[in-house]
Amino acid sequence: MHAESEVRIPLVTGGKTVHDVTEDICSRVEEKPTKLWMMAMAVSLALLAVGAYAVYLLLWNGIGMWGLNKTVGWAWDITNFVWWVGIGHAGTLISAILLLFRQRWRMSINRAAEAMTIFAVICAALFPILHTGRPWLAFYWMFPLPNTFGSLWVNFNSPLLWDVFAISTYFSVSLVFWYIGLIPDFASIRDRATNKVSKAIYGALSFGWTGGAKTWSHYETVALVLAGLATPLVLSVHTIVSFDFATSVIPGWHTTIFPPYFVAGAIFSGFAMVLTLLLVTRKVYKLEDYITIEHIEMMNVIIIVTGSIVGIAYITEFFIAWYSQVEAEQYAFINRATGPYWWAYWSMMTCNVISPQLFWFKKIRTNLAATFVISIIVNIGMWFERFVIIVTSLHRDFLPSSWAMFYPTAVDIGTYVFSFGVFFTAFFLFAKFFPVINMAEVKSIIKATGQKK
Amino acid sequence: MSQGTNYVLGVYEDEDVLMDAIKQVREKGVKIEEVYSPFPVHGIEDALGYKRSWLSVAAFMFGITGTSLALTMQIGMMGVDWPMIIGGKDFVPIPSFIPVTFEMTVLLAAFGMVGTFFGVSNLKPWGRPRIYDIRITDDKHVMAIDLDKNDLKEAEIKSIVDGSGASEVNNKTFE
Repeated sequence: MHAESEVRIPLVTGGKTVHDVTEDICSRVEEKPTKLWMMAMAVSLALLAVGAYAVYLLLWNGIGMWGLNKTVGWAWDITNFVWWVGIGHAGTLISAILLLFRQRWRMSINRAAEAMTIFAVICAALFPILHTGRPWLAFYWMFPLPNTFGSLWVNFNSPLLWDVFAISTYFSVSLVFWYIGLIPDFASIRDRATNKVSKAIYGALSFGWTGGAKTWSHYETVALVLAGLATPLVLSVHTIVSFDFATSVIPGWHTTIFPPYFVAGAIFSGFAMVLTLLLVTRKVYKLEDYITIEHIEMMNVIIIVTGSIVGIAYITEFFIAWYSQVEAEQYAFINRATGPYWWAYWSMMTCNVISPQLFWFKKIRTNLAATFVISIIVNIGMWFERFVIIVTSLHRDFLPSSWAMFYPTAVDIGTYVFSFGVFFTAFFLFAKFFPVINMAEVKSIIKATGQKK
Repeated sequence: MSQGTNYVLGVYEDEDVLMDAIKQVREKGVKIEEVYSPFPVHGIEDALGYKRSWLSVAAFMFGITGTSLALTMQIGMMGVDWPMIIGGKDFVPIPSFIPVTFEMTVLLAAFGMVGTFFGVSNLKPWGRPRIYDIRITDDKHVMAIDLDKNDLKEAEIKSIVDGSGASEVNNKTFE
């Protein structure tokens, strides 16, 4: 039951042996932190500190520190939440869906992409937790605790509650999936460690892994079943996130196209973030033989596909608003494109629909600088998409006398900066202390698809 | 012979040589304790005569446990303990329960299966593994043969292992 596709370009270039893989990846963990890493870490810690001050102001004074008003009750908070969750989706797509499809090019990028997923979901979870105002009480509000704890049971009809379950399941299952993959690689680092401290730490992290055939056989089953579970899970997460909007009756939100449109958008922005991070990691860690132009091209192809789905979704929404003949719905869309937030709408359109189409040219999708720039443009566009959906649908509600604009405050910006601080601090720690490439998996394909010397 | 458990270790460089070697060594009546590899080698469990991993069954069992727990919880809370009319829906609106039920199914299946995996493979943070050869987690495949569990003489086993394509044949004793 093993089908082989036609001969392809080698997935690992440079005539690497199995030992070279261990050497190349482990030495990154073993060497002293470089100056460049220190600088990057300093910048992320600075972001974290600035952001932490904003979060402190927010928690001390309350949600009034954000620029929300009576009409626009959700703005940057939920925009950032949806944006970060979406980014997370690429990691699971790479590690789970591409595993089920036996796409071997996933192997050298899945580790970093999954790490990104986990950190992005942490950043995402920050916003709903912070927007409760008093997070230390949120536990009572969000989890199904008995009535004797002070309030009624949670309402299982609410998509916001489904979100609590979806995001926490997604986070914990992704974490387990990632960790299972890390265990054999931690064992490699343990067996190479020369000092007692790192031997003890990586020894504990590796859970006493020895690599016996029986364990590998169980391990492969676990990875396959986890991939099978994570695939519908990742599709469910952004579907449920889209329900937060789709199950309401706000014109512009009340749309059945949301679930597939959100999932496609999530994968689109996630791949863009994977590219942004990996292009830098690849350069700094000299991983050109593992993350080849072929890998980058494949990811760019996924960006064209999902970007085009997103583009079609934008146009379909507009068409359906007209076709439905519902006046409020039509107004919501005309207002998006030509109202006071026209600049957000057209930024979204340019960044998400037009820029990825450039990848139809092979020259552009195999060009590192172009890919890097477009990957950032896509993420800016995807942030605007969520901003457009959330704020422009709310700011002109049913009663013209209550129409308002949303202006972010310094604390709004600071909270967003905080999430970047968390994300980059976590990612740089990962890149330094954890193996950034799944060694065991890459080793298993060296013989079949590695470039011969 | 020294005290403790004595092993003959065949070290192999290549997974295809290893696969042939396993067949040859087993045909000659040597019992292999375990084969250690730096990465999963496809088909090795068949060559060693292992059964298919049953962990997928465990995952299914934990999954249906999650499904029933989630349904019991939601029906119990909203249908039995404190029924309320919300949005004109039934007390037990099954469509509303599907997302949480699905998530709980996945959560329990994943955690249950991984917990079982750690249990059966004896993986734990404080575990002190027997390291047969430090190069197993780098690039060598090692076939471990327990001398006490084999009737053949040590020299015979060594020559069989050596003849099967091993790059090194070593001895290892654990207390």
